[in-house]
This record gives sequence, C-alpha cells and structure tokens, in this order.
Amino acid sequence: MSALAVPTTTTEHTDRGPLDKHELAAVIARDIPAGAYVNLGIGQPTLVADHLPPGSGVVLHTENGMLNMGPAATGDEIDPDLTNAGKVPVTELPGAAYFHHADSFAMMRGGHLDVCVLGAYQVAASGDLANWHTGAPDAIPAVGGAMDLAIGAKDVLVMMTLFAKDGSSKLVPACTYPLTGVGCVSRVYTDFGVFAVGSSAEGDPGVVSVLETYGASVDELSARMDVELRAL
Amino acid sequence: MTTIHSDPLEAVAGIADGATVLVGGFGMAGMPVTLIDALIASGASDLTVVSNNAGNGDTGLAALLAAGRVRKVVCSFPRQADSYVFDGLYRSGDLELEVVPQGNLAERMRAAGAGIGAFFCPTGVGTPLAEGKETREIDGRTYVLEYPIKGDVALIGAEAGDAMGNLVYRKTARNFGPVMATAATTTIAEVRRVVAVGDLDPEAVVTPGIFVDRILDLSAAPADEADAESPTSQEVSA
Repeated sequence: MSALAVPTTTTEHTDRGPLDKHELAAVIARDIPAGAYVNLGIGQPTLVADHLPPGSGVVLHTENGMLNMGPAATGDEIDPDLTNAGKVPVTELPGAAYFHHADSFAMMRGGHLDVCVLGAYQVAASGDLANWHTGAPDAIPAVGGAMDLAIGAKDVLVMMTLFAKDGSSKLVPACTYPLTGVGCVSRVYTDFGVFAVGSSAEGDPGVVSVLETYGASVDELSARMDVELRAL
Repeated sequence: MTTIHSDPLEAVAGIADGATVLVGGFGMAGMPVTLIDALIASGASDLTVVSNNAGNGDTGLAALLAAGRVRKVVCSFPRQADSYVFDGLYRSGDLELEVVPQGNLAERMRAAGAGIGAFFCPTGVGTPLAEGKETREIDGRTYVLEYPIKGDVALIGAEAGDAMGNLVYRKTARNFGPVMATAATTTIAEVRRVVAVGDLDPEAVVTPGIFVDRILDLSAAPADEADAESPTSQEVSA
C-alpha cells in the first residue's frame, strides 16, 4: 500500500520556470513520509538525501548492505570498506546496520522497503518502467539492483527530466525501451511536473494524473505529450 | 575442517580448468585481490566467474579477465566507468556474459547453499531477463522460476577469521561474502588477520566455520620472496 499523500487538486506553478535538479530533489524529499525506509538510486536520486528535513526519521538503505547510511565521506572519513551502491565512499549514522546481499534484497522483495527513487529512460502511463538498457545493439547490458528495486519497494518514485534531448516526452503511452518492471511506478517527478501513474493514478488505465506542474500549464504539457493527462 | 594458509598459491591449490568460481566483492570492497592474483598465478583457465561486477581498473577480477582465464562472466553490473578490461573482451566476442538482477544473483547463490532446488521470484517479470523462463501466478502475483547458482570454488574477503573457520566482515565489504561462502564446494577466504580460537564473540560471528574450507592469513603472507618461509598449513576440526 502506498503511503504517499495524494493532493486533491492539481497545482500549476506557471509563475516560474521548470525545476532544476536540486529543486526537484527537494520536492521528492518533501513527499517522502516521515520514518520511511528509503533507497535512493545511483546518480541524481542521491541528491534527495540533501533535502530530507532534520528529524524526519527517514532511514536510508543501500543495497550493497547497509541501513542508516550517512552522507558522502570526505577527507579522513573515506574508507574503502564503506561505500554506497554507486561505489561512492559514504559514512554511517548512529544506529546503522550492515548485512549481506541476500538479506539486503529480501528487504526489497519482502515488502519491507517503503520508497525507492530511481532514474528512468521511459515510464509508461501504466507504471511500466524502463531504466536499465537502451536496447542499442552495441550497448553492454547492466541491470544491477534496478529490477529488484522496481518490484520490491512499496512506492517506486521516478526522478527524471520530462523531455528527452530531442524534445520527446519520456512519460509515454507504452515503453519502447526494454522493461525493468511492469506496472511498478507510483509517481514520476520531473522538472515540468509531478505525475501519478499506474494503479496510483486512480483513474482510467492509460491516463496520467497531474499532481503539480512547474513552468507550464497542464494544457501546455498535454500539447507536447502523447500520453493523456488528467488534472485533479 | 578449515585449514589456515600463509601462502596464497597454496590457498588456491587445486582449482581446476573449467571451474565455476564465485568471487566476492562489490566493486573493490570485499574483493579478494590476493586470492585472485594467486588464481592467475595458478594457471587455471576456461573459468566461469560469478561476481556482482566484471572488474574495476587493472587489479583483482579485471586482472583475471585480462589474463584470458575467463570464458564466461555471470554478474549484475558489468559496465562501469573503469570496466575497460571487460568492455574490450566482451566487444571482441572473447567473453560470454549472463546478466542477472543483483538480488537474483544473491538469492540464487543462497538457494544453492541452502539446498533449495529452485524458487519463484517476482523480480524481472515481463522483462527481457525473464524471457523463456517458467512463470507461475501465486496469490494473484506473477513469479519467475529461478535456479540455484552453485560454485566449485568461492573466493571471498573478510576482516578476521579463526582456526574454526569462523569469519567476521567489515562494513559494506561484507556484501556477497556470507552468501557465496555457503554456495561453493570449496570456500576460500582471505582475511586481514587470524585471531585465536575463542577471541571472536560467538554472537557476532557472521559466517560460521562449517562454510569455510581454507583461510588465507594476509597478515602472515610473506612481504616478498626473500622473506618467504616454507608454507605452513594448520589443520583443525570444524
């Protein structure tokens, strides 16, 4: 069951531009329930940690085997035996725990992890996620923990830009890239807006609910996307 | 029965050509570099290596690949900023690759170590990595049938061990070690220090000695050939 708060009306922030990656990380941090067990994916999702309010009680999980992970290590703190899933040296907070990989992934599959934040190439209106492989014939496939996280966390949040470099929307009617998971995404957080997808959209299948927009109205976004948007 | 070794070559003796070798570590954390160097020196070839990654830089697993001893890599995340050795061999067709989701990699080895014949797992349903695999709906959810991954040998890194074979690890260097230790016919651990039997708190032992066949004591390994004494091994019952 999703523990995310659902707004009753769509908020259009048209008096400003789209969010930068730090502002987007702050919006995601705002929506993570207090006390949640959270896994932040490699890359931009790690920025979310910088915006969790003190006293939120959020416990960060890293799939290479640690709960209550602290911030990135600097200077003398750097310890080759203590890294996050991106192999970046990190620190431990009081109350941290270490465990092996089978236990770490049992925390996901077993439904113990509340939230994960992942990057994506594409998300479908149905909540399908594509984030591990472009499908290009010369690309070396590498999946890591993405498929386990996608089906394991109670809420899968995607953090991405809404539009690809060619201007096409990455929130699509159906993914064209190889899938990471089927119907697994709850919410998509982008520079131009926040969207509920899949079963969390609580509407017609294939229709995406718009929770917030930044730098554009719902109508303006609709004009640039193939997926059907619904304002609350 | 666990034996303790100070000579890396002695610790890896008997690994056959064509063996499946489970190699611990997540990136370089927990990577048994000394055992891998000894495996290279031992000359074993045509190996199948099971590890989370496919080598970083030029040391450890990357060195084993560069030496041309590996036929196939089973891993979750081969492609990294510094995985150029793997990248080159894969692109030239000199290396077979099986990509496995990270949790499935761990659970398939756990199953091997626990005597489980196969298990139904929700990871990867509807994705290319589940294509051709048997599925079953259980309580309204679809699962994929996954089979164990059993090693002939496991090479792992740990912080400390004792003559009973008990191991403790350090921080996130634990990663795959405890799972791989259970999943191989012969488990070989390199440890930073060997402590006296009784010095490890039994409540804090992570890998019980029943899973460990040989321990390489890194603190006792000769610093260079000139200082090397004849290898010794100490056998104890476990």
